[in-house]
Amino acid sequence: MLLVSVVVAIGLGPAVVAPDETAGYLWAALTGGRVDADDATAYRIVWEIRAPRVLLAALVGAGLSAVGVAIQALVRNPLADPFVLGVSSGASVGAVGVTVTGALASLGAHAVSAGAFAGALAASVLVYAASATRGAVSPLRLVLTGVALSLGFQAVMSVIIYFASDTEATGMVLYWTMGSFGAASWEALPVVAAVLALTMVLLHRQGRALDVLALGDETAVSLGVDPDRHRKVLLGLVSLLTGVMVAVSGAIAFVGLVMPHLVRMLAGATHARVLAVAPLIGAVFMVWADLASRTLVAPRELPLGAITALVGVPVFVALLRRRAYMFGGR
Amino acid sequence: MRLVLDGLTVVSDGRGLVHDLSLEVPSGQVVGLVGPNGSGKSTALRCVYRALRPTRGTVRLGEDDLARLTPRRGAQLVAAMTQDGSVGLDFTVEEVVALGRAPHLRGGQALGHRDRELCHEVMERLGIRHLARRGVLTLSGGERQRVLLARTLAQEPRILVLDEPTNHLDVRHQIELLSLLRRSGPTVLIVLHDLNLAAAACDRIGVLSRGRLVAAGTPGDVLTAELVAKVFGVTAGVVPHPLTGAPQLLYSLDSSR
Repeated sequence: MLLVSVVVAIGLGPAVVAPDETAGYLWAALTGGRVDADDATAYRIVWEIRAPRVLLAALVGAGLSAVGVAIQALVRNPLADPFVLGVSSGASVGAVGVTVTGALASLGAHAVSAGAFAGALAASVLVYAASATRGAVSPLRLVLTGVALSLGFQAVMSVIIYFASDTEATGMVLYWTMGSFGAASWEALPVVAAVLALTMVLLHRQGRALDVLALGDETAVSLGVDPDRHRKVLLGLVSLLTGVMVAVSGAIAFVGLVMPHLVRMLAGATHARVLAVAPLIGAVFMVWADLASRTLVAPRELPLGAITALVGVPVFVALLRRRAYMFGGR
Repeated sequence: MRLVLDGLTVVSDGRGLVHDLSLEVPSGQVVGLVGPNGSGKSTALRCVYRALRPTRGTVRLGEDDLARLTPRRGAQLVAAMTQDGSVGLDFTVEEVVALGRAPHLRGGQALGHRDRELCHEVMERLGIRHLARRGVLTLSGGERQRVLLARTLAQEPRILVLDEPTNHLDVRHQIELLSLLRRSGPTVLIVLHDLNLAAAACDRIGVLSRGRLVAAGTPGDVLTAELVAKVFGVTAGVVPHPLTGAPQLLYSLDSSR
């Protein structure tokens, strides 16, 4: 399903390439096969432009879904999404700050991504420092601090934009708050893939501990699970992966919120299973959402976050209205 | 396995919650902790399932000092049914019961054949086998308490501590839960509000008042009209239970007399 989506999505766009030809080009690129001179343009579109973009969409879709599951367990709140801890607004401040001040210019094209990543990590550290009491992090305090700091970062960004008053910064803000895979390149993929793989492996190993945490801290302790230690590890993993994803694609709304719930309805609440299924569904969804964003009003691009929200909101509301689905009470 | 609280003292934010509490729970016995609200019962229990580290004193399991055991090893020996019985996610009953196996399994290790057998056997014993695939959030209070007890039994503990497990249960479910407990095997330390239930269910009773143990012994020795008046501030007559002979308290609403 994911594979088919990826191949089809790579083929679709302003210049349509049939799925079998797309597969042929990809195969040629991977195995070093030859491509006829007539097909060189199509090959280049497929391999150099669309393939990294679609793959990045798949990776980020998977990552956001996994982070959504982890963060809902971390703060024990079903309404949490990957950006609830201020990671995305921190990244935006970092990105816009870099653009406006021209800092990190030595990194060239990667300066903005680096700024966004630094901003995301700084936001996480700040949230952790502000919410930790005696080295322990309470879920509720974490959420409240995250929400408050998010608003603070947004204010800082408004101020920067107000004084910068150039259109580039404004465009940058839209890019970061709505998300886009327009800047995808082969260079960024290995980093995202590696961080995603690492996070997935570590999360899978914590599956049962996440289940135990859902029973409450007191019960968790009685089952030999240290809630604090697990929350710190989770916070670290979530911040790292979210920071990387925001740096390459901005803050794409709703995927991290809706996918965990959707998957729990399909596969039950056990984290091991949710963590196995959610990234796959998230990846497929994101590939199609990105396809919609770049083809519906081509040659312009619809903001990706608008599409995921337009699909996500009705789905989420419908989920909540289903009586059979309950979380945290009735 | 014998459970010993030795000179347990808990001070939190400058307030003493438990003072120099020493209590022994002999292997295989059911010992009750009773006392007014805020007398330190739950605090003492929390030290046993390690939600709290005592300021002074030790908790010993058999010959081992609990503080020297890893969290995992501790959880293999001690199971707890705590007051925060709420479950955040809609797990099925069998999933919750299976989480009792958590201390016996490594990180990503799946349930083995024996784990499944054990969970089924425990659910059978507690009469919740038919609920196995139900979501825990759809259960009634009585069903949920039995599921939580099943989870602690699936943990195969040598020592079981329970914090007011009969809360929110009707009379029949209270009786059922306590009789299950008496038949379930491990050493039990239980906090109960209802003194008559405590007298019926416990081999020995410890009475806490303002963080201090003021009496300990068999229900017949401990539950006297004088003690109840002193510790709980109520007037009660004590009569033997017509069927079992256990002391039972009859309260008078006009406690000023």
